[in-house]
Amino acid sequence: MSHQDLSDELFRTRRLRPYLITGGRTEPRIDLPIETIVRTTPEGTAMLSTLNHESEAVVMLCVAPQAIAEIAARLHVPLQVARVLVGDLVSSGHVAVNEPIAPDRPQVHLLERVLEGLRTL
Amino acid sequence: MIWRNDRSRGGDSTTDLATPGPSDTPAPPVAPHSAPPLPVKIVIAGGFGAGKTTAVGAISDIAPLTTEAAMTTESIGIDRIGSGQSKRSTTVAFDFGRVQLSTDLMLYLFGSPGQDRFRFLWDELLKGAIGAVVLVDTTKFEESFGAVSHLERSGVPFVVVINPFDGNLAHHPDAVREALDLPMTIPVLVADARDRNAVKGVLMALVRHAMACVTARPG
Repeated sequence: MSHQDLSDELFRTRRLRPYLITGGRTEPRIDLPIETIVRTTPEGTAMLSTLNHESEAVVMLCVAPQAIAEIAARLHVPLQVARVLVGDLVSSGHVAVNEPIAPDRPQVHLLERVLEGLRTL
Repeated sequence: MIWRNDRSRGGDSTTDLATPGPSDTPAPPVAPHSAPPLPVKIVIAGGFGAGKTTAVGAISDIAPLTTEAAMTTESIGIDRIGSGQSKRSTTVAFDFGRVQLSTDLMLYLFGSPGQDRFRFLWDELLKGAIGAVVLVDTTKFEESFGAVSHLERSGVPFVVVINPFDGNLAHHPDAVREALDLPMTIPVLVADARDRNAVKGVLMALVRHAMACVTARPG
């Protein structure tokens, strides 16, 4: 199935009932901040056949690592739906996520890196 | 692939194969299975029409994307929008973009509506954020009050930016500072949200301010 077909199907599903594709669940298995970057694991692409269409779309999308917010936007599903799908895919080993950064504000050394990155844009 | 040909937003010649159709802009190519960059985020706040999406789009590597968040049952209780509504009945759409700062650092910029009733989204976006930029439309000061109060209460570093529409600076920064009752420690800047360099300058000012806040933090 092509990306276009997958996305079209997701879009139709979503119009019907957004949380149908998560089995009605609205909370992911793990804490996934909106900026969490998701990447497909080498095993993930090899295990596509075990997945439903929606999860397959996430795995194919995240071959190019991207944030939870991007997954939701690109697949036209609400944020929480993307979270639940990704949470399940982390558990099954199809995708991996970066370690969440400290829950408080970023520290000075990280801010310095951000500033340097902005300066060189 | 049909979607490649009917994209209306031009200027992006990426050859990335992993992005599906309906989004407007494919993700820039990233080596498959490489270590993903560390994400950091900044929230761009402001009332309707203040230029949030314009500012995000001015500096983002991708054309701004839109997603929607559903209000949780708990938030609905706080918000008093009806009672007994299902979770998907109240949603808010918001735009965002991203800027690759280095091979191992990705900055996400989230535009957030300033209204109090979208507080649930605010809290989510501000959690762990570097800080926030409040875009002020000087013809509608009152739309900035909610965002400024909320940021002051939550202790999130922020800067206030006057977006001079059509080059017309309706209010001097000092007047804006006074109108919003901002202490001298909060930077008030003037920047055209359409101008990439101006937006870059604002983000750098915010990061510097955030660094000063960290340094000034007791303990």
